[in-house]
Amino acid sequence: MNAFMTWFYQMSSPPHFYRWAGRAIPWFMWPALILSAVAAYLGLVRSPEDYQMGHTVRIMYVHVPSAWLSMWCYTSMAVASAIGWIWRMKLAHAVAAAIAPAGAALTFLALVTGAIWGKPTWGTYWVWDARLTSELVLLFLFMGVVLLRNAFEDRAQGDRAAAILAIVGVVNVPIIHYSVNWWNTLHQSASVSVAGKSGIDSSMLMPLLLMVLGFTLYLVALILMRTRNEVLLRESRKRWVQELVQS
Amino acid sequence: MTPRRNRMLSVITLLVGVSLAAVFGLRGCDDLKSYFFDPSQVVAGAVKGDQSFRLGGMVKDGSFIRVPESLDVSFVVTDFAQEVKVLYNGLLPDLFREGQGVVATGKLNQYGEFVAENILAKHDENYMPPEVADSLKQKPPETDY
Repeated sequence: MNAFMTWFYQMSSPPHFYRWAGRAIPWFMWPALILSAVAAYLGLVRSPEDYQMGHTVRIMYVHVPSAWLSMWCYTSMAVASAIGWIWRMKLAHAVAAAIAPAGAALTFLALVTGAIWGKPTWGTYWVWDARLTSELVLLFLFMGVVLLRNAFEDRAQGDRAAAILAIVGVVNVPIIHYSVNWWNTLHQSASVSVAGKSGIDSSMLMPLLLMVLGFTLYLVALILMRTRNEVLLRESRKRWVQELVQS
Repeated sequence: MTPRRNRMLSVITLLVGVSLAAVFGLRGCDDLKSYFFDPSQVVAGAVKGDQSFRLGGMVKDGSFIRVPESLDVSFVVTDFAQEVKVLYNGLLPDLFREGQGVVATGKLNQYGEFVAENILAKHDENYMPPEVADSLKQKPPETDY
């Protein structure tokens, strides 16, 4: 615990984070690119057609990682916002600010791929069932967090306002996850199960899980890159940034 | 109490408050959130009078009938407890088939039959290649639909 707290406090120093992230990014980015390429080949070329949907099933290899990670993004953003709010840690707010647009993009991707899949499968692009609606609310929450942060002249005020919205909105994440179990929805319930038997054949599950891993590593690299930029912007008047620019 | 403790407490209070609001708010409007009624609910009279609603369930095996040279079809939707007969005139989604899920929008007529205006296929959570599906057909699949 002590070692973790030491790491935690070191990380809260922007120059330290900036250097650490710069070294860490390739370790996430390269495995992410390789894994995603392998998973895309396996998913789009090698994996079988579905017995009902045919080739349409392949949209799943993009849709499911995007949807899962959109919820992961929101939860991480809320945790970072809570840390920033409680400990007054500026770096945590920078992380939350870096996550929000990435999360919005993933949510958008999940909604669009879902709509493209829905037309041939269900017969419609969109229905207002609990799963689809709560995921749309997630998109609006991400957009709200981005807009609210920028609506203030004072950066610290914007951070605090966005943090509160991010923390309040986190109740939507379990609603998205459990919507298919709690209520009748057009969207099917979860195919992948951690404990029990998955409803998805292993020939399709393997590329899917590889893709999820690839997406996750890419997202971590992306958030580190975006946080570095955010830190530079926020600290642009500090001496360490000036020295960095001049060297 | 230190300011940090204070802020920690305010975050916890905020989360508890919003969660409670969400729980009670969502419990209050149960009909709104269920996308469809199942045949048991319909037979039990969950839908009042002449209003339009959605009916969801499985298309019963062997129940699909098409009137020749027309788009008039009829089939039975079941939840394995109760059944409702559905009448429809129009195009069916590609994934519509017997033994698969379906969600129909429409009204009940005076005979208790469901007159659908729109039909959507409901895909279940099982994904498998055709060979696996064929081998599963040998033994009846487990389902909790």
